[in-house]
Amino acid sequence: MSWMAWTPITAVFFSCIILMLIGMGIWQAVSPTVPRRGFLPLTTTRGDRLFISLLGAAYIHLGWLAFTDLALWIGSVIALAWLIIVMRWG
Amino acid sequence: MNKITNNKAWFLVLPVFFIVAISAIIPLMTVVNYSVQDIFDPQTRFFVGTEWFEQVLGDSRLHDALIRQIIYTLSVLFIEIPLGIAVALTLPRKGWGVSASMVLLALPLLIPWNVVGTIWQIFGRADIGLGGYVINMMGIDYNYSQNPMDAWVTVLVMDVWHWTSLIVLLCYAGLRSIPDAYYQAAKIDGASRWAVFRFIQLPKMQSVLVIGVLLRFMDSFMIYTEPFVLTGGGPGNATTFLSQFLTRMAVGQFDLGPAAAFSLVYFLIILLVCWVFYTVVMNAGKREEQ
Repeated sequence: MSWMAWTPITAVFFSCIILMLIGMGIWQAVSPTVPRRGFLPLTTTRGDRLFISLLGAAYIHLGWLAFTDLALWIGSVIALAWLIIVMRWG
Repeated sequence: MNKITNNKAWFLVLPVFFIVAISAIIPLMTVVNYSVQDIFDPQTRFFVGTEWFEQVLGDSRLHDALIRQIIYTLSVLFIEIPLGIAVALTLPRKGWGVSASMVLLALPLLIPWNVVGTIWQIFGRADIGLGGYVINMMGIDYNYSQNPMDAWVTVLVMDVWHWTSLIVLLCYAGLRSIPDAYYQAAKIDGASRWAVFRFIQLPKMQSVLVIGVLLRFMDSFMIYTEPFVLTGGGPGNATTFLSQFLTRMAVGQFDLGPAAAFSLVYFLIILLVCWVFYTVVMNAGKREEQ
């Protein structure tokens, strides 16, 4: 696997994504999602909201790097807040 | 009512999972790994954090290539989709003409990208190409290797020639699936030609149009071979689109880290646009059904 040039940070990043997907799978098996409408302008399932929040988090990080010189962890906190807000009220 | 579930079917998905893992997920993971490192060779690499992302996001040449790419993709969609629908509406519905037009329309789709580029490179030349010669004969000073606008128009026309057939074939398949009863009902109601198109043909073509627009968006957004063969990205950088910019960075200069960071930005743009488009169209379809 050395050709994949792993670093500890990227390994943690992908582990989190995989754990999140496994967690969502178990959650779905235990209590199946019901499509609902929150503040987002469309009806979403739990999986849709996770996708939207992850995509949004990626764009928040890119925007942070492109438009500010502030520390990246602040952007990560905003992205995490976005993820929680979308999953709960989206 | 108790629903019988058979989870053994999931095992049938495993081959697809492995193929997607090898062809997409593992390479994507590798690109993410590359994007945060400065790599000289597999053993000599240094973690640089988000430095490459900051570099590519602030690169004015990349901004120019992105703007060029967006204008190009929008032009392709605005020309090919209406043209494809219009041609599909005029195709014969029965008789030998159906087979003949299908074969004729499929021809450009069968030609490999680099051959299309070569065909148009020769066709557009003023000295030996029919197209370039005729345009110059009409008094228009046309030279795609020196004039940026000519190069743009040539790349655009080449794409329209190559890919409009795909939209035509998809729309035609959608039109053929409409039962005659719909048209008869419209005739009884005295519906105009426009009303038939707007309320019968267009909604029935919706699902194939979604596929068509998505395919044309993704394909034109990552266009590489045809402009590379035809203009080489020139004159200047006039037809250097994102893929070519990326290839120059990754293969030409061997800047793997910045190229990986740029690939991820590129991937996120495509992912966002495709998702927004798919969601909007599918929700519009649901609303119409209600």
